[in-house]
Amino acid sequence: MRRFLRPGHDPVRERLKRDLFQFNKTVEHGFPHQPSALGYSSFLRLMAIGTRSGAIKLYGAPGVEFMGLHEENNTVMQIHFIPDQCQLVTLLDDNSLHLWSLKQHSGASELQEEHRFTLKGPPGSPPSATQITAVLPHSSRELLYLGTESGNIFVVELPSFRVLEDRTITSEAVLQRVPEDYCNRRLCELVEALREHPKNPEQILIGYSRGLIVLWDLQNNKATHHFLGSQQLENLYWQRDGSKFISCHYDGSYTQWPVSSDNRQPEPLENLVPYGPFPCKAISKIYWQTTKNGLPYVIFQGGMPRASYGDRHSISVVHGSQQTAFDFTSRVIDFFIIFSSEPTAEFDDPSAMVVLAEEELVVIDLKTAGWPAVHPPYLASLHCSAITCSHHVSNIPLKLWERIISAGSKQNIHYSNMPWPIDGGSNIAPDPPQRDLLLTGHEDGTVRFWDASGVCLHLLYKLSTVRVFLTDADPNDNMNTLGEDEWPPLRKVGTFDPYSDDPRLGIQKIYLCKYSGYLAVAGTAGQVLVMELNDEDAEHVVDHAEADLLQDQEGYRWKGHEKLKTREGPVRFEAGFQPFVLVQCQPPAVVTSLALHSEWKLVAFGTSHGFGLFDHQQKRLVFVKCTLHPSDQLALEGPLSRVKSLKKSLRQSFRRIRRSRVSSRKRRGGSGNASEVQEANAKFDQDALQEMELAPVQRKIEARSAEDSFTGFVRTLYFADTFLRDSSRHCPSLWAGTNGGTVYAFCLRVPPAERRVDEPVRAEQAKEIQLMHRAPVVGILVLDGRSTPLPEPLEVAHDLSKSPDMQGSHQLLVVSEEQFKVFTLPKVSSKLKLKLTALEGCRVRKVMVANFGSCKTDDYSENDLAVLTNLGDIQIISLPFLKLQIRYPCIRKEDVSGIASCVFTKYGQGFYLISPSEFERFSLSTKWLVEPRCVVDMPEVTSNNDVHNKSGVENAVRKS
Amino acid sequence: EFRRFSLERSKPGKFEEFYGLLQHVHKIPNVDVLVGYTDVHGDLLPINNDDNYHKAVSTANPLLRIFIQRKEDADYSAFGTDTMTRKKNVLSNVLRPDNHKKKPHIVISMPQDFRPVSSIIDVDILPETHRRVRLYKYGTDKPLGFYIRDGSSVRVTPHGLEKVPGIFISRLVPGGLAQSTGLLAVNDEVLEVNGIEVSGKSLDQVTDMMIANSRNLIITVRPANQRNNIVRNSRTSGSSGQSTESSLPSSTPNILANFLQGEEESDEEDIIIEDSGEPQQIPKAAPTSESLESLTQIELLHESTQNGFLPSSEMNLNHSAGSISMEYEVQDPDHKSLEEDGTIITL
Repeated sequence: MRRFLRPGHDPVRERLKRDLFQFNKTVEHGFPHQPSALGYSSFLRLMAIGTRSGAIKLYGAPGVEFMGLHEENNTVMQIHFIPDQCQLVTLLDDNSLHLWSLKQHSGASELQEEHRFTLKGPPGSPPSATQITAVLPHSSRELLYLGTESGNIFVVELPSFRVLEDRTITSEAVLQRVPEDYCNRRLCELVEALREHPKNPEQILIGYSRGLIVLWDLQNNKATHHFLGSQQLENLYWQRDGSKFISCHYDGSYTQWPVSSDNRQPEPLENLVPYGPFPCKAISKIYWQTTKNGLPYVIFQGGMPRASYGDRHSISVVHGSQQTAFDFTSRVIDFFIIFSSEPTAEFDDPSAMVVLAEEELVVIDLKTAGWPAVHPPYLASLHCSAITCSHHVSNIPLKLWERIISAGSKQNIHYSNMPWPIDGGSNIAPDPPQRDLLLTGHEDGTVRFWDASGVCLHLLYKLSTVRVFLTDADPNDNMNTLGEDEWPPLRKVGTFDPYSDDPRLGIQKIYLCKYSGYLAVAGTAGQVLVMELNDEDAEHVVDHAEADLLQDQEGYRWKGHEKLKTREGPVRFEAGFQPFVLVQCQPPAVVTSLALHSEWKLVAFGTSHGFGLFDHQQKRLVFVKCTLHPSDQLALEGPLSRVKSLKKSLRQSFRRIRRSRVSSRKRRGGSGNASEVQEANAKFDQDALQEMELAPVQRKIEARSAEDSFTGFVRTLYFADTFLRDSSRHCPSLWAGTNGGTVYAFCLRVPPAERRVDEPVRAEQAKEIQLMHRAPVVGILVLDGRSTPLPEPLEVAHDLSKSPDMQGSHQLLVVSEEQFKVFTLPKVSSKLKLKLTALEGCRVRKVMVANFGSCKTDDYSENDLAVLTNLGDIQIISLPFLKLQIRYPCIRKEDVSGIASCVFTKYGQGFYLISPSEFERFSLSTKWLVEPRCVVDMPEVTSNNDVHNKSGVENAVRKS
Repeated sequence: EFRRFSLERSKPGKFEEFYGLLQHVHKIPNVDVLVGYTDVHGDLLPINNDDNYHKAVSTANPLLRIFIQRKEDADYSAFGTDTMTRKKNVLSNVLRPDNHKKKPHIVISMPQDFRPVSSIIDVDILPETHRRVRLYKYGTDKPLGFYIRDGSSVRVTPHGLEKVPGIFISRLVPGGLAQSTGLLAVNDEVLEVNGIEVSGKSLDQVTDMMIANSRNLIITVRPANQRNNIVRNSRTSGSSGQSTESSLPSSTPNILANFLQGEEESDEEDIIIEDSGEPQQIPKAAPTSESLESLTQIELLHESTQNGFLPSSEMNLNHSAGSISMEYEVQDPDHKSLEEDGTIITL
């Protein structure tokens, strides 16, 4: 009857629940999925990134970030900040324009959409007439020039988006004074670029795609200069003083054009194909930056020789004799240069180049010799190698934190020391209450340590397990080692590298003990590494052991991948976590569960075949237990054979179709005539086709049985010091839960510290529980006499937790995918249960104990279970009474990878992947919330005509 | 002849012991007899194993009437859950087997050779177009053996006919439990699983729910073939006074509570092996000072429940652990005259 007593009867509890639980998605960490546009305001020193799903994200100083989402979810094509304003305009691929502003609201700035607008042509005009191709926000802050596919330029007023029809610059007007022969050759076609004169706001430069460039006088409404380009135009750039501009072209060339009052139709000053003479790719964007020493920086995107380097994503920087073609790991979406923006400054003096590539953000320091990269404080590419697992550790002791940072800083020496150049806005969020680490395991065998304390997910340290193994990849195979006179002078930049040399290296499970600095890492080929933090480089031999999980089972053959080969002799490890023990499971199936007890110096690991316990102090295998059901061939054969068998069955079914077709022909062939046979065949084909098309999605309803496949798969391992055998003596124990609903408990004898090195650790199976519903066991937990979960190893020793209550009787909580059950200990009798699947049809995917503090008082907190279901809902379930407290929809149920990637923290926050490169952070707690809170200073808005001087003054004021 | 003796309610012991006791009391040590009792509805039900023996003990209120027949001339037709609905006097049936002489019964086997595999339940509270089927998975090696699929059905709503998504049985595995019962068929629409409505739930959710309940699966379907529906008349089941008309969806929740209550408790228990010993059922931790035995006993009782209803008395049993008195009667086939006299024993 329990379930009919719906929660909500006790008003006191209801009030308390409001003080404890609250669901918020707080911030997105990582790199936006499928970025499509980039914008930068040198005035606000903010960068904006738009995505294909219609999101727009603004970034400034670390901690300053804003996010907006276009309702239409259309691709953001262009982003333009309004000069000297806290406003920006976005253009979407549905040709709509959106005005966004940063407004202050109760002390913090917020990004809001103000207006939207779609340009409409006269009735009957083709859609191309108003298809916007170029946007120029005028420095007057009041006008927006919109170049279109038809070649017309429309003028709209801001912020109302009112079209000023009388100001429209038609292509006819532009063509009036163009020489006849040029005009005949080419039509104006679409407007490729619009650029305002850097000194004279009354003049704008219009570039048409076929090559014609016009300097237009806004006051007199006429063209003053015509530049007759002969190549298809890609982009334009004004030099700072306005005496010259530069155009870049589809054929990989760029051209300098003089602007003077005496020649209204000048010839180009210089025309260059930087990577000629063979055909080159287009140069799609170009910068010409002046410096004090006179040598300009010419920076352009693309232009590589088509035949040999046409597949590279490059941006070249040329400064005098120095030339580097930065070679990016993915397509370049856009880039900008940070340079001196003060109008009074004489030179551009570029300081940094910011490049948005499809998979990462790269910032190059142009001030420091060698142009090193700058380590970004945010927008980390989480997916530089695909994430295979995550592990969160809350409240890291300062000592460990500093040691990890110091290990990481040794890895980052090749980065520039330049302070982060995009530093707009100020972070007003309180300092994060504690130091949190998020560890991500990757396909290439690396573990990345992220500072997850605050809004900026920042890489602290990267650990690679590859050095322990012999792999096919040659470590000397370095793409960067190019000869001196290599041309073009390519240099690889960025960290995105999704191609794993060997999928067996993939990391599957991570466990870090924050008190001792022991780290256990387990991977795809059954490898388990135990590591210790060392502040110095070291060269040592990694002890190697094998755990044969099939022990007594005979006659099986593993058909999956081989185990990894280990490197002989001592291996050099850099400062940081250095492996000292390697256990390899046999068969080398993927490690599915891992537990480390740093106090007992034991590590437990499980695969689809069984589990083992390893003493990493004595470097000795304590025991292994095979959990494999004798008839479970699938689990044995390994992951590859499943694919094979699917293929096989497909092939067989096709063969069956063919065979029956033949036989039907034979049957009739004897007596009937040919047409009959044909007819029958046709009918058969039709039937077969129909059957294939109409085969409905159906699900088999069957009770689970002991003979099901993968029942031996070890899903969870847990160490506990509890009453396993009798209620008078507690002892160390190891618990394991399998996919088939079995829980094994082993009683461990760990020798006291003084004899720990000499006496062996002993283990004995004490209990085996078979849940009758046979659902996979996903969590095991022991509650002490006060019904509090047992503390982590060493937690009590470090005075961070009360000692567990060993007086009262302990309880065992077993969480299966379908039910929560509490049993008494040491005599196992069932005490309580909560059925989930039978009632709601959802299954437990992730479960974790979380501590929830009250937002009202500091002295109340409680432990509950945070549960994520396969439907993407999060439920909070009370301990020890297993009462559903609250439920929040969190992840779409179709988002399988998001659900699989979710990790909970110990204090009721969590992370899950919303794309391969982004974590969404959420909070279930009213007390622990990490969300951006920042302010962007608003300049005083005046209607002064002398915009440039005014803003210059403001700039100066703001900076001082 | 009849005799009366008492039995410890909390410790009824095994059926074999009870059987021996009966033989001893009647001094018929080598005579095979058939034991039956009347349950709260007046049905004559057999006692031939531990389960139904415990069940019988639990129904004692406080008396339990036991009937004993010599095996060779036993009237099997007298047994059964439907004996009550036939609205006939069970006792007279038993005592006057000649009533049935007109339609001789084919004896297939002893009742104890069967276990229930399925039943139609809640007939009286469901609309006639619906059928609630309970599949008993325990004790059989037969697979449940059916598949479900997405589909759409037409509903009558306040806005007229409306097409709504639904879940349907798509396939029955030959030889499976579902097929062998004959109560489920392809294209039957699944409306509820163990009392929980499936509307609004995805195929995967319903699949998970069914599998989670697979040990004791109760599916409410709207059969595709509506011609075999039970036609109701005045002979409604005595266990519920509700009329057919009242069993509209709005009334279902409280009715479901009726059998879910039993379902909750009858959920079979997990098994523990201590120190590599023998597997044992995990007992329920006693919330009060009740003895463990009485709790295990409850489980056994529930397993023997033959239909969806549990007599309310069994919930009280563990609280009133004490002795019950039993009254029973021996039918001596040698004394046909007694039966023919129509002696009805009133207690």
